[in-house]
Amino acid sequence: MSTFALDVNGTKRMVDAGGDESLLSVLRDRLDLTGTKYGCGEGQCGACTVLLDGRPVRSCRQPVSEAAGKEITTIEGLEDNGKLHPVQQAFLDIEAFQCAYCTSGMIVAAAGLLSATPLPSDEDIAGALAGNICRCGTYPRILEAVRRAASALKKRAVR
Amino acid sequence: MREPFEPYPELAQHEVEGRLHWFDSDRRAFLKVLGGGVLVCLWPAPSPGQESGRGSGGRDLPKQVAAWLHVGENGRVTVFTGKVEIGQNIRTSLAQQVAEELGAPIEAIDLVMGDTDRTPFDMGTFGSRTTPTMGPQLRAAAAAAREGLKDLAAKRWSVAASTLEARDGKVTDPASRRSLSFGELSRGEELVRDVEGAAVSPPQNWKIAGTPLHKVNGRDFVTGRHRYSADLARPGMLHGKVLRPASFKATLTSADTSAAEKISGATVVRDGDFLGVAAPTLTAAEKALAAIRAQWNETAGQPGNADLFEHLKQTREPARDSHVVGSVEQALGTADVRLSRTYTVEYIAHAPLEPRAALAEWNGDRLSVWTGTQRPFAVREELASALRIPVEKVRVQVPDTGSAYGGKHTGDAAVEAARLAKAAARPVKVVWTREEEFTWAYFRPAGVLEATSGARRDGTLTAWEFHNTNSGPAAIRTPYDVANQKIEFHAAASPLRQGSYRGLAATANVFARESHMDELAHALAMDPLAFRLKNLSDPRLKAVFEAAAETFGWGKTKAGPGSGFGIAGGVEKGGYLATCAEVAVDPATRQARIVRVVEAFECGAVVNPDGLKNQIEGAIVQGIGGALFEAIRFEKGRIENPHFAQYRVPRIPDVPKIEVVVLDRKDLPPAGAGETPLFGLAPAVAGAIFAATGVRLRGLPLSPRGVPAKA
Repeated sequence: MSTFALDVNGTKRMVDAGGDESLLSVLRDRLDLTGTKYGCGEGQCGACTVLLDGRPVRSCRQPVSEAAGKEITTIEGLEDNGKLHPVQQAFLDIEAFQCAYCTSGMIVAAAGLLSATPLPSDEDIAGALAGNICRCGTYPRILEAVRRAASALKKRAVR
Repeated sequence: MREPFEPYPELAQHEVEGRLHWFDSDRRAFLKVLGGGVLVCLWPAPSPGQESGRGSGGRDLPKQVAAWLHVGENGRVTVFTGKVEIGQNIRTSLAQQVAEELGAPIEAIDLVMGDTDRTPFDMGTFGSRTTPTMGPQLRAAAAAAREGLKDLAAKRWSVAASTLEARDGKVTDPASRRSLSFGELSRGEELVRDVEGAAVSPPQNWKIAGTPLHKVNGRDFVTGRHRYSADLARPGMLHGKVLRPASFKATLTSADTSAAEKISGATVVRDGDFLGVAAPTLTAAEKALAAIRAQWNETAGQPGNADLFEHLKQTREPARDSHVVGSVEQALGTADVRLSRTYTVEYIAHAPLEPRAALAEWNGDRLSVWTGTQRPFAVREELASALRIPVEKVRVQVPDTGSAYGGKHTGDAAVEAARLAKAAARPVKVVWTREEEFTWAYFRPAGVLEATSGARRDGTLTAWEFHNTNSGPAAIRTPYDVANQKIEFHAAASPLRQGSYRGLAATANVFARESHMDELAHALAMDPLAFRLKNLSDPRLKAVFEAAAETFGWGKTKAGPGSGFGIAGGVEKGGYLATCAEVAVDPATRQARIVRVVEAFECGAVVNPDGLKNQIEGAIVQGIGGALFEAIRFEKGRIENPHFAQYRVPRIPDVPKIEVVVLDRKDLPPAGAGETPLFGLAPAVAGAIFAATGVRLRGLPLSPRGVPAKA
């Protein structure tokens, strides 16, 4: 057991954990941030996606020791004073989910894409989300939601 | 616990009728818990001898209640149903129907779902039954509540109830323009009403039902706030892990658990072949599990993919039911064209993104379990039987669940968590790993399907013989007009644990039938659509074929080089489906890519057009996997591809252009739509691959490693 200083959603959190414990397990079991989901534990499904210094990573494959000192953003950290992030709003408006178990990971991965690539092509979106599985098959809506979020962000930037 | 390889009979799972359960509490006690107001009890079939119960008290709860509906003193409406939400969006579609009949805004309605202590018994959420059965029942309950509220207002105003209107959560007297909110009306009342004879509005008049409302609790999902079973925690909770056998049918011969027991806080449980651990953290539980040294006695000679279909054929049983019309033998004797072909379907996995998960907590001799299942009441019985306690001592609650697709009928994780929690005397949560989910859940059955047909030169289908071995009888009959038919389902010894899967065997049966119809059309040198329509008189199925063909441009556009078009359709569970697909096969890599899909669907009056469209789109996308590449690989009692890296599922780059055409028949009662939209894709794609390449593929998945070159 060691103590790690984590920067989660803009708040410093001191956590006791084994250094080999995954960031996913620390977020869910030690910080009660359960919006980030376990889907496979193998980095193959994207349900556990979080942003590390703005970059989407699979938290199930990320030892907590390597996340210390970096900015960690989870689905719970995307809302801004009760206002949904444009990607969250677009997923809600388009109903880009069914069971929604993949939704946290999809939204976080898409938010990461849009901060790096504000005007993505459909190929960019498909490429960025190819590692995220939606077993309900709502991909057409997810694509549409990310397109809509990109255009909302663009309008916001112009203003 | 079910013996892992006992065949999981699809029929028993889906067509058991008339099972009774008794709900023992008193309804006035129930009302006390709810805090007064108006309570409506609903029987599936009202029995004539029962009084209306208006204003009555002290009567025992009626047996066999199907649903409750309560209008609280704050005006909030609470509906209690044993159905569960697994992504099919019934929390919303049922709320819409209640809002419609009650005259309340949808925001005022809460659904309590799948809680064995609070909701009436329900067989389970499967078979596309919610929309055709629970929907009308709740509409009737809401209509009864509306009449009850109108009666209360009528009494206060001394007017006839029939002159009043219920709308927007208020009862209004149009003559005097007085109005009282539902909350004002139910305050201080203890009105108990049964459902009888209240008129429900026809779909043509719907204003809330029939509209494209979004998920009522959608915001909880985009913010990560919703807690699935795996997200729940209880004070002092431990994490549980179960040691899995080395292979299927293996029995435990010995186990050294001494190292595991030394891990701080770990409890090790051995009970027969069950060996599990519970520890304060998941990491500790994993370490304890890894520290166990177990010896297994394995069973040799288990079939694998290589001999699967031969094994099924060799173990097949005579059909229990035979659908026979005319004489197939005679008709084949006089047919101009005869065709006999065999089709196969591999096992596939549901792979719900939320794996099986359960949290169990004991309070004395009472057990509470939270788990994602389609059958909370069956899981309650499974728990009672596994732990040898009375069923009344068990409560199962189902949080809105991370999908199921027919794969969550059992309570495996629930039983494991409950057993560990009992030993540890602490709450225990068990979340299956992806590998466990791929290995120890159950699979969509594999099958061998044999079709023999005869037709006249003019395209009239005259003979149809069809045998399904092992995969199941759903949608096994043909919707085409054939004077001579013999259709049979044969059970066989499944080497893997198998069970229900979205659409059941309809996907296999429709794949084989529609592929065969395609082959017959080509043998007759007829257009595949024209051949189907020539032998079809069902107007609803014709309508969807024509709608899909029209939107797709069937017969009007030509496929490009290396591409082909395919069409397929069918009827199941009150839904009518036709699918057109365009597939391109890369001449170099031989990979098949689905370019475009048009699907026309009709399921009577549509309750939620956007929810329906979402289900149809999702079914098409999910269908891509089973059509092209999903298959469980197994040998010697082991699953060889129990990871997403090895078991390919559809991903965003696989998604074609999709157009959905919904025929809204407001003149017909609504049917379910969660399953049927799945089965058109595979045969349409098989037909399109044939059109593109001249290669006829007769096994699902069609193209796991590319389309072979034409022989």
